Amino acid sequence: MKKSILSALLAVTLATGLLAGCGSKGNDTVNSSSKDTEAPTEKSSGSGATAKARTLDEIKKDGTIKIGVFSDKNPFGYVDKNGEIQGYDVYFAKRIAKDLLGSEDDVEFVYLDAASRVEYLKSAKVDITMANFTVTDERKEQVDFALPYMKVALGVVSPEDSLITDVDQLNGKTLIVVKGTTAETYFSENYPDIKLLKFDEYQEAYDALLDGRGDAFSTDNTEVLAWALQNKGFKVGIESIGNIDTIAAAVQKGNTELLDWINEEIKSLADEQFFHKDFEETLEPVYGDSIAPDEIVVEGGIVEE
Amino acid sequence: MQDSGILVLFQGTNFLRLWEGLWVSLRIAVISMGLSLVLGILMGMIMTSKNKIVRFLCRVYLEIVRIMPQLVLLFLVYFGAAKHLGINLSGDVAAIIVFTFWGTAEMGDLVRSALISIPTHQYESGYGLGLTKLQVNLYIIIPQTVRRLLPSLINLLTRMIKTTSLVVLIGVIEVVKVGKQIIDASRYTTPGAALWVYGAIFIMYFLICYPFSRISAVLEKKIKD
Repeated sequence: MKKSILSALLAVTLATGLLAGCGSKGNDTVNSSSKDTEAPTEKSSGSGATAKARTLDEIKKDGTIKIGVFSDKNPFGYVDKNGEIQGYDVYFAKRIAKDLLGSEDDVEFVYLDAASRVEYLKSAKVDITMANFTVTDERKEQVDFALPYMKVALGVVSPEDSLITDVDQLNGKTLIVVKGTTAETYFSENYPDIKLLKFDEYQEAYDALLDGRGDAFSTDNTEVLAWALQNKGFKVGIESIGNIDTIAAAVQKGNTELLDWINEEIKSLADEQFFHKDFEETLEPVYGDSIAPDEIVVEGGIVEE
Repeated sequence: MQDSGILVLFQGTNFLRLWEGLWVSLRIAVISMGLSLVLGILMGMIMTSKNKIVRFLCRVYLEIVRIMPQLVLLFLVYFGAAKHLGINLSGDVAAIIVFTFWGTAEMGDLVRSALISIPTHQYESGYGLGLTKLQVNLYIIIPQTVRRLLPSLINLLTRMIKTTSLVVLIGVIEVVKVGKQIIDASRYTTPGAALWVYGAIFIMYFLICYPFSRISAVLEKKIKD
């Protein structure tokens, strides 16, 4: 093993050295959403930081906050045709950067996949995860959630000609889910008879549904409603199943300072009805009037039943 | 519908972003390949060692690399290093480390087989001329092995380019991920974009890998002569 360790070490040293040299060109396509943040982006990579999350002071000192968002979950977090990150989550993330650091460009967006959201927090690769993160008891053991800013239940979308309107219809059939989502947990725990077809990414899941590789697809109802609106021949047969879940920003476990700051921020934003504004800007163009804002938006962290 | 699908490629900076994504893939592959080449030659020489223990350890290393999926290695280096060693690597660095770790083993094995394919009299003639072991390797053996290696080396490089599509799972935005972003951003306006975007990515990979495999074919022919 000695030689292999030696060569691995050598590889590490060389690779790091090389990357330090050529990294500045590359990282701007990788992490930063807006061109103004190119320089600060570099500071954080490979600087030997530990897995302990940064405190509020450290973030302020650095001048850039790292927020994990989806980059392929339209309309919550997606990259528009000009390469700019947009969406409901992103709108809030930019506001956090503005209120914490002074400018909404002081945020480095890290693009995540659903399944690795917890890992990113645990390994301190992001300060906050705001990737449409549904609050669950299991996740609460791993990360600390702030007050919610959105609420959802699960929805099931299926082709109109064989519409699924009741969960029992799914017995023995194939349901498509995305790995690491609440839908995966909910159906595997409560309906073991339903065959689950799992994908890593939303795009793949939708493609599978379009190709007929599954009988229905389930994820948050906001998501399936929006999708069904745009895809003729598909309809949301079950609009709300499972518990009403909330969606919140999350920080690494024990990072109370940052958590408290976010909570205060959410409370103070209630006065200006910030999330209703967010809804108008990002969600309304997609949903139209198929959902009332109050069905989704949570102001001041207070969920009305 | 199909007409608008292809237009998605040319909206805004979409097309440019795809190329940038491809550059990310290519950069990771080429840097890793460069490192693997250097380390692999060393590794190959170590692998031909007469010491049984050294050979066994090399074997273990090679088997570990072959058995472990690259994805597991990527997660280990990217998340594992941050959590357990306190080393916070960027996605690119983690990818290069893993691909180099993999490439060095594969390369080492290729070098090893190339080395043992060199007839013994080549060594012996070298020693007979009074060259040292290092000189024999440097002037006689390595130049010959490199020639024999080139085809399989390029094969490894194209494999590496294609395997870079895994790095998206450690947050590196390479060409396939950019493609997914483009498909997703336009999914409400042009649901048919997927075919065109993936088609474009297919052509891009082809454009990059084909020259390499041509070179490999030409070299193979040349060496036979």
